[in-house]
Amino acid sequence: MAHTEWKDAPGLPDFSLLKRLARDQLIFLLEQQHEVDKLYKVELKPIVSSSDQLCFLIRPRIQTVKWISDLVNADKVAGRFRRYKIIFTPQKFYACETVLEEQGVYGDVTTDEWNFYILPLDDDILSLELPEFFRDNFLEGDQRWVTTAGSALRLLQSVYGSFSKVYGIGRCAKMVYESWRELMEDGEQRTRQPEFAKVFLVDRDVDFVTPLCSQVVYEGLVDDLFRIKCGSVEFGPDVTSSDKSIKVMLNSQDKVFSEIRNEHFSNVFGFLSQKAKNLQTAYDKRRGMDIQQMKAFVADELKGLKQEHRLLSLHIGASESMMKKKTKQDFQELLKTEHSLLEGFEIRECITYIEEHINRQVSMIDSLRLLCLLSITENGLLSKDYRSLKAQYLQSYGIEHLLTFANLRQLGLLEEQQAGETLTVMESKVGKLVNDKTVGKLTDAFSSLAKKSNFRALSKRLALVPKSGEEYDLRVPRDMAYVFSGAYIPLSCKLIEQVLERDGWTGMEEVTRMLNGQEFAVTARNKTDAQRIVLVMFLGGCTFSEISALRFLGKERGTYYLKQME
Amino acid sequence: KYYYAFNILKIELYEMGWNLKDGLRECLVAAAPYGGPIALLKGHYRRSPSARPQLEIYSSSGLPLASFPWKSGVVKQLGWTVSDDLLCVQEDGTVLVYDLWGGFKRHFSMGNEVSQSQVLETKIFHSPYGTGVAILTGALRFTLATNIDDIKLRRLPEVPGLQEAPSCWAVLTQDRQSKVLVANGSQLFILDNTACTPVTPPGLSPQASSIVHMCVSFSYKYLALLTDSGHVWMGTSNLKEKLSEVDTKIKTPPKQMAWCRRPKSQQPSAVVMWDGLLIVVGECKETIQYHLDDDSVLVPELDGVRIISGTHHELLQEVPGACEEIFKIASMAPGALLLEAHKEYEKESQKADEYLREIKEQSLLSEAVRQCVEAAGHEHEPETQKTLLRAASFGKCFLSNFPPEQFVSMCRDLRVLNAVRDYTVGIPLTHTQFKQMTVQVLIDRLVYRKLYPLAIEVCRYLKTPEYQGVSRVLKHWACYKVQQKEESDEVIAKAVSVKLADAAGISYSEIATKAYESGRTELAIKLLEFEPRSGEQVPLLLKMKKSPLALSKAIESGDTDLVYTVVMYLKNELNRGDFFMMLRNQPVALSLYKQFCKHQEQDTLKDLFNQDDDHEELGNFYVKASYKDQRLEARVALLQSAVDEYYKAKNDFSAKTTEDEMRLLRFQRKLEEEKDEQLVGFSLQDTMTTLLSVGLHKHAEQLYKDFRVPDKRFWWLKLKALAEKEDWEELEKFGKTKKSPIGYLPFVEVCIKHHNKYEAKKYVSKVTPEQKVKAHLAVGDMEGAAEAAIERRNESEISTVLSRCSATTDHLLMERLNRAKATAVKK
Repeated sequence: MAHTEWKDAPGLPDFSLLKRLARDQLIFLLEQQHEVDKLYKVELKPIVSSSDQLCFLIRPRIQTVKWISDLVNADKVAGRFRRYKIIFTPQKFYACETVLEEQGVYGDVTTDEWNFYILPLDDDILSLELPEFFRDNFLEGDQRWVTTAGSALRLLQSVYGSFSKVYGIGRCAKMVYESWRELMEDGEQRTRQPEFAKVFLVDRDVDFVTPLCSQVVYEGLVDDLFRIKCGSVEFGPDVTSSDKSIKVMLNSQDKVFSEIRNEHFSNVFGFLSQKAKNLQTAYDKRRGMDIQQMKAFVADELKGLKQEHRLLSLHIGASESMMKKKTKQDFQELLKTEHSLLEGFEIRECITYIEEHINRQVSMIDSLRLLCLLSITENGLLSKDYRSLKAQYLQSYGIEHLLTFANLRQLGLLEEQQAGETLTVMESKVGKLVNDKTVGKLTDAFSSLAKKSNFRALSKRLALVPKSGEEYDLRVPRDMAYVFSGAYIPLSCKLIEQVLERDGWTGMEEVTRMLNGQEFAVTARNKTDAQRIVLVMFLGGCTFSEISALRFLGKERGTYYLKQME
Repeated sequence: KYYYAFNILKIELYEMGWNLKDGLRECLVAAAPYGGPIALLKGHYRRSPSARPQLEIYSSSGLPLASFPWKSGVVKQLGWTVSDDLLCVQEDGTVLVYDLWGGFKRHFSMGNEVSQSQVLETKIFHSPYGTGVAILTGALRFTLATNIDDIKLRRLPEVPGLQEAPSCWAVLTQDRQSKVLVANGSQLFILDNTACTPVTPPGLSPQASSIVHMCVSFSYKYLALLTDSGHVWMGTSNLKEKLSEVDTKIKTPPKQMAWCRRPKSQQPSAVVMWDGLLIVVGECKETIQYHLDDDSVLVPELDGVRIISGTHHELLQEVPGACEEIFKIASMAPGALLLEAHKEYEKESQKADEYLREIKEQSLLSEAVRQCVEAAGHEHEPETQKTLLRAASFGKCFLSNFPPEQFVSMCRDLRVLNAVRDYTVGIPLTHTQFKQMTVQVLIDRLVYRKLYPLAIEVCRYLKTPEYQGVSRVLKHWACYKVQQKEESDEVIAKAVSVKLADAAGISYSEIATKAYESGRTELAIKLLEFEPRSGEQVPLLLKMKKSPLALSKAIESGDTDLVYTVVMYLKNELNRGDFFMMLRNQPVALSLYKQFCKHQEQDTLKDLFNQDDDHEELGNFYVKASYKDQRLEARVALLQSAVDEYYKAKNDFSAKTTEDEMRLLRFQRKLEEEKDEQLVGFSLQDTMTTLLSVGLHKHAEQLYKDFRVPDKRFWWLKLKALAEKEDWEELEKFGKTKKSPIGYLPFVEVCIKHHNKYEAKKYVSKVTPEQKVKAHLAVGDMEGAAEAAIERRNESEISTVLSRCSATTDHLLMERLNRAKATAVKK
């Protein structure tokens, strides 16, 4: 995406500073040790090392600490004497120390903290790299990471200046804001030219729909198929067309990738072939060159071309394997079902499709994803459907998924409608009798009765699903819906757009009520010079589709959106 | 050689405010350096039980701070710590610590060895590590503690040949270690942790047969020794260099000896005191003698010696360079000329200009200003200070770019110094001392003396950052306030909150802790309410055994770690029942504890669910446990427990499913034994797939019936399994058993997937009309697809077929399709 279209668009802050800060601190911590011999991944297995001191750099997880305790105890039994040091990042938890104590190794181990909060993944993406955030916070009700997120914000503020306005929605967002504010009270304020204008905090559970949809922008697809981890992906042999896997960094440094990452998949192949042609032309320039020109060509251009060539062939390989998997009938039908669910049409057919999906054991995860999408868009499943689908799922994948279902219910992702809550059924029956407008009103009325996910009503009010039947040219995106083939605008991104446009939540009372409230907007300080960089922080993770949608929004408004995920 | 033998000056600091009947006679006296307080123990020599000695504490100006009868053991020595606490070293080696106001703080012992052999002599000393105590025991051994706040007793090695108490000894700090210097007759030893080393002072006059007194300078750099021949030897304390030696011509042992020297001064001088006589010795042979009317005590300071007597308090000091330059008779130093110029200027005399010109001609004006400012700093008399500062200010007018900081800060410092030197405050600090001790410490001292308003004024005046200044003082004030027993909780809480309201960085929890320590729990709780950070309240609440409140505050703070801390504390503190009850009312804490238990204490988790009658979770718990167990019997047993719980939870669905699983497990086990196929642990679907793939159709059918597997599922399963095996014959039979619940399109597609077009074609005719086109296309039959599409007159289907036709081979077909499409559209 060409960010330069807007001449007066502000430059992005320099995130290398964050990396440098964190690195220096780690070096300082490690310097207290002696030279590092070898790096190991912490697992439950004996460490084969003759070194008489071990240093562990770990996340503060009880499981990991237990492993380490076992290692120490094993050494003790074997009569080995070593020194052990655990460096917790980003912080030490009391529970971890308790485990050390209960395992009887507290005295043998020294501990330290490495306050590494934020990993800059790209020019416009920061990440806390806390995959457990979602589970801990939303499922287990453990708010331990709230202060971590608050500290991360404080770090950003101390390095890049204070924010002028903070918006947020969700319980966790509110707590993060509180924790951050408290931290700011303690420390001294730095007065410098701020680089971020606004911050938007959003809980993942405000919008569960978006991450449940299949991704169709290139970067999203790469993630769905190959899993992007810490900004890099491992392409297997079928992509590299050799017998090796290759690890590739995916960021704006990759010129080919940066041009296609936000594109709808249907455009990518055409783009890549055009790119290949251009490359060929560039190579062809060699013909008819004299020695001098050839020398210059080899010196200046060839390396770049070679690099581009390599990347291009990788991405073509990746798209090919996507094509193979995704253009099949199955995928098209999957998308069709998702779109029907989002629109709220032909629900019965969708359920049949899901049933078949489960029966045929197409994909364990995809089946669950569809079930959840069904539950959320329909405010829960009818008891009959819920039980039959659940039974089928358990038959397919084993009884241990009883627990999976229990967890999903806890999260509100997959629910059974309680008796007397069959409003949606009534609604759909009524819907057949009266025209569209009335349905809208009725839906609103019903949703205010049953305070559930309210997706239907939200979708109506925020116009998340464009009117069907209109042609949507994916080459020239009209709005953020392009990231889902023009079928759905991500709820989270729409909220952000609306709030920033209105500079607050006024006029959106209905919407916030349906999202269970917990919204806030705080003006930290009046700033006249309009900095247009907005920091969006997803608490509990975000999808690449959402990132693409926000990039699109940023291009439209000449604003930068920085994304931060857990 | 020198024109002036000494530049020693004696200034009167105070006329003492105390009214001592016998002066300092028969008193044990200790005065703290840096103008600190004075402690007297009166009458401790009379060892009759009827007359208890009296301990009195005064400010430097003799104002009483405390007085009480001494009821403990025999005191050998008094001394002050760096934080204005009084140390009383008893004969048995116990050291009692009192605050400035005579309040008992604590006591500590100097060890068994000391208490057994009793204290003979003791010295209290200061080092960068704090305040230390050195003791000479009756066994003639030294025991030393370098820092009384972190006591590590060290027993020093024996001094060879020591038969009786040494004639004199001193503590000095060298090479970051405290050592003892001992004189035994004419021999001198240095004792450190490991060894006793004999040393010889270079050039000590040979007449001496014994060293009778010694003293170390304030900085520990210099040493003075007095011999029985009356000679004072002065040198460096490392005994490498001799500075001078003077004969006092007095052979009686003195009462006290001290260094009187300012930092960086070139002249060594020491003060020796006998009864009624004070002699100052220096570099030259001559001495200065002062007559003393009264019993006195010498208090060595950084830059001089204070002399406290029953009536007066004086400072003996080497005259500072700047003052000497200015006030020397007929001095032509620039500062002196500037002072003169200013005097003339005040008299409106033109001589002012002459003087000024004289200074300016030598371009010494800035030097002159500096001299005046510096001299003002050393003067104690405000009038003199003012005169000098006015002169400096006058001189400054004629300088274009003289930096103002020195002048400004000197004015500020002097204002503060004059305030604390005031008789009512009684801290006679010199400017040098003030700079050395820093503002921070001065504020501390004022706080110890409960001079809160003055401390706050000083902070504000010197613009000390609020956090280290005003807020700190207010905190101390509040800590003091909460201990005032006569006022009610409400009044105190209100007073504290009003005063502290807008001060930054106040920790109410610290104040509350103080209140709690003085036994006012209710007040502590009230004060904690003011603490904005709920996290800060938790530790004290726990200490006060207000655990429910602590827990809710921890939760309120949003700090999970803190919640854990409280939970773990409660877990150890309470019995299990109460602990669970408390958690029950706090869902956040409960869920945290459950998480902890998941990893650490599985059984506790079960108990928790049991207590809550949470049968659903118990069921889940057993299910989870079941698939962690390897043995079949155990798994079935666990699942049975799960079933029971699910029934209790009225969750029939889960119960039934679990029962099914048990049945399945048994079935799998049986088959495993019979057919030797790996089955246990598979899902129903996987089990059926496996059975079909090895040809055990009957058993698969049995499962299909027993477990009420939906037809569709079974058909899909069998279809795929047979195609996988390429058992086309069986597939055909299967297809004919009854009407397929999944239709026949899947048959076509699955065959094609396994590259068997021939078999696929067999099913095309059975496909429903709606799927005909798809089926034909799947087997690649364009004609058939076209037929079907045209028959159904479905525009989109016709288009689909069209898009699959190739222009070269299917020319005719395309024409037909286009025609049909046209009619379909028309309709």
